[in-house]
Amino acid sequence: MPEEPGMAQQFCTFYLDKLFFGVEVEKVQEVIRYHAMTRVPRAPEVVGGLINLRGQIVTAIDLRKRLEMAERAADRQPMNVVVRTDDGAVSLLVDEIGDVVEVEPSSFELPPETLAGETRKLISGVYKLDGRLLHAVDLGAVLQIAEARKVN
Amino acid sequence: MVQVARSGTDGHDGMSEMDEIVKEFLVESNEGLDQLDRDLVALEKDPEEKDLLASIFRAIHTVKGTSGVLGFPKIESVAHVGESLLSRLRDGKMRLDPQITSGLLAMGDVLRELLGNIDALGVEGDRNVEPVVTRLSALLERTDSSKAADAATADTAPEARKKTTKRVAKKRSKAAVEPLSVAEASPAPASTLAADEAAQSGANLETSEARGPAVSANNIRVDVGLLDKMMNLVGELVLARNQILQYTGSQQDSGFVSAAQRLNLITTELQESVMKTRMQPIGNIWNKLPRLVRDLALSCGKQVRVEMDGAETELDKTIIEAIKDPLTHIVRNAVDHGLEMPEERRSTGKEAEGRLLLRAYHEGGQVNIEISDDGKGVDLEAVREKARQRGLVSAEQAARMSERELLNVLFLPGFSTAKQVTNISGRGVGMDVVKTNIEKIGGTVDLQSVEGKGTALKIKIPLTLAIIPALIATSGGERFAIPQVSLLELVRLEGDGVGKGIEYIHGAPVYRLRGSLLPLVSLNGVLGLDRKKQQEIANIVVLQADDRTFGLIVDEINDTEEIVVKPLSNLLKGLLCFAGATIMGDGTVALILDVMGLAQQASVVTELRDRAVKQMHARNEDGRMESEAWLLTRVGEEGRIAVPLSNVNRLEEFKLSSVEHSGGLEVVQYRGQIMPLVRLSQLLNLPGTDAGEVLPVIVTSQQGRSLGLVVDKIEDVTEQQIAVNRSNDRMYLQGSAVLQQRVTDLLDVHAVMASVCTEFKEVVNA
Repeated sequence: MPEEPGMAQQFCTFYLDKLFFGVEVEKVQEVIRYHAMTRVPRAPEVVGGLINLRGQIVTAIDLRKRLEMAERAADRQPMNVVVRTDDGAVSLLVDEIGDVVEVEPSSFELPPETLAGETRKLISGVYKLDGRLLHAVDLGAVLQIAEARKVN
Repeated sequence: MVQVARSGTDGHDGMSEMDEIVKEFLVESNEGLDQLDRDLVALEKDPEEKDLLASIFRAIHTVKGTSGVLGFPKIESVAHVGESLLSRLRDGKMRLDPQITSGLLAMGDVLRELLGNIDALGVEGDRNVEPVVTRLSALLERTDSSKAADAATADTAPEARKKTTKRVAKKRSKAAVEPLSVAEASPAPASTLAADEAAQSGANLETSEARGPAVSANNIRVDVGLLDKMMNLVGELVLARNQILQYTGSQQDSGFVSAAQRLNLITTELQESVMKTRMQPIGNIWNKLPRLVRDLALSCGKQVRVEMDGAETELDKTIIEAIKDPLTHIVRNAVDHGLEMPEERRSTGKEAEGRLLLRAYHEGGQVNIEISDDGKGVDLEAVREKARQRGLVSAEQAARMSERELLNVLFLPGFSTAKQVTNISGRGVGMDVVKTNIEKIGGTVDLQSVEGKGTALKIKIPLTLAIIPALIATSGGERFAIPQVSLLELVRLEGDGVGKGIEYIHGAPVYRLRGSLLPLVSLNGVLGLDRKKQQEIANIVVLQADDRTFGLIVDEINDTEEIVVKPLSNLLKGLLCFAGATIMGDGTVALILDVMGLAQQASVVTELRDRAVKQMHARNEDGRMESEAWLLTRVGEEGRIAVPLSNVNRLEEFKLSSVEHSGGLEVVQYRGQIMPLVRLSQLLNLPGTDAGEVLPVIVTSQQGRSLGLVVDKIEDVTEQQIAVNRSNDRMYLQGSAVLQQRVTDLLDVHAVMASVCTEFKEVVNA
């Protein structure tokens, strides 16, 4: 989400199937490697499971499923981007972690009209970087999983 | 709040000190006002209680004084006029009547509101206090004209009081008069209030010196947030302990093992202590009820006396919070629907004043709360009629419904028997909400009613929600924790038994458990987990959800464990089947099953069958024959003794070598307690075999005290209707009956318990 004009914004970045995504760095609590998960039967499909984060039980959301992308190859273990929310920590399951990048608000653009499906609602926009685009994830929307109806 | 406290150590000292004082003021004033509510209601019943009046006066006086100093003019003005009124009452210039009580209670409400504003906004806000000031002033005026004569003495009053005070002081040494009477005895017309206050604060000091230090030296105020944090940390510690204990099993190092055991003991003790810090007496919420009842009773013209028994019974803070609203609702209901108008009561030979009894006590790790009234009871015919009208049941069904079923109808959503919707109850939020809220915290509600005699509502709730014993089971490759509260028993079918034991009614699996059909639910099925192929073994966990019993088929039963309950994220709140999650010894997360939710999800008991089951129960209640489950044991060579299964907590085996002696009694260490053992063969004078190296023991407990009954062999469990032959007049036996075609003596566990425990207590005390 664009901040005041002129203020550079830092994004914690990650990859999902070669696509480049980012979350505002101040919303990220920590980034951790793969953690064993306990699946939650009957939960929406996007819920990857529960992880034990130093005694705290954290719900993990599979971002690939949330963004209606192809499933991760079975032999690839997802990484956790743990974000802070009003309802405690939530983990986003991603393929790979990238660097923290600084973006100029001037490079921000709203998602194009042609972008279809769930993705449009979950991406607040893109930052045009050198040679690639950073998809800014709209955390609030991503965590509205009640709308992601499909059940395990 | 915490931040405010912390900021005291940095720069703006002056400001934060002020904040501290205001905070203190808010806490104290709110406590004072709560006390005021209670005292006023009590005073109304017993207007001669000078102590109560003095306590009320002190509360308001303090509020007024402090608010003046801190600069809260609205509070000060309201408290001032209230104080004037109170001083008039205290001096006997006025008598308390319902109008004055209501006025003073309203004053308390306004003050509370202002305090709330200060807490939230830091200022008193724009609440208009004129109406309540006028109301109180009007009450004051009422007496002013009649007491005009008193004003004449106003000038000399301070002088006079000094003398009075001295005189009283002297008198006090003769007769035992409470220090408070200093103030009570002093005449205080309106114009000398200021002087009177001085005297009062003198008395105030005196009393706080007398009572204050004893209490305050041993108590400190602690922020609830801090307690919550401690509880969380202890939870973590318990988990870490479980992990270490699991690891200890594979270790040889005796130093490590003994350190781990010490850690285990300390953790358990710490857990108990921290749990205790979160305990609050149920009186904390009960105390608000007399005021509520008074207002209600007044508004519907009834007379109600509230009695409390066991107000000191302690419960975890979170549970106290959770039952506050349901309790209020139940009490409202009792006053509004349960109790009759005074005339009606008199005409049926009851006292005009209705009685509302609140009772609380601990029993078997749970807290029982009973709210009973001596009103007219539930009009079952009206319920029947209403249930039919509302289309909840068909006319034919309605006609056949038993008393118990009819009472259960009251808990259905949208049901109200109130003839009309009053402003007290019948607003659509009914007993169903009460029931759901109580069940949410793992409790149960039971309604009993005798027409014309009254209604009693019994609530059973767990002591705490944070750490609970649970059975760990595996199904579909996942581990699940099943709260032990809902667990009745475990049934294991092997080999042939699986095929034979599980039968089908139109495709729905059932199991014959001691003669009655137990509906079965497969956990894998309900949760959509991978089913295993035909199994060699079936594990049935028999669970109790509300008044339904069902069997849950799981792949594997692991163990029982103390688990720390952690709530699920709001993201997952729509899931019926889970009550939370916990972290297991190996660090993985396991879901805690919500037995109620599971039953709902699996629609375990259709309404029809529910009814059939209940009718069966009803018949048992009506009939002479008792059907009870009995544990059959052999005692001595030949003795056949049956113990009611309801008295049996656990079956244990103790090695003879673990038996110790204490004051002539055999005892064992059991779950951190010293449990006395009773050899039934000796107690009942049955020729005994010399018991082997291992003693089969039936553990029974009453009021938290356990007793082990040593038998020679545990043979079977049977449930059948029996005709008890009570002619048998032997000690410790209820009588005898034919059980499984053999004459069997029925043990009177209470009698055994009573005799042994007296003996045991004497030993322990000596």
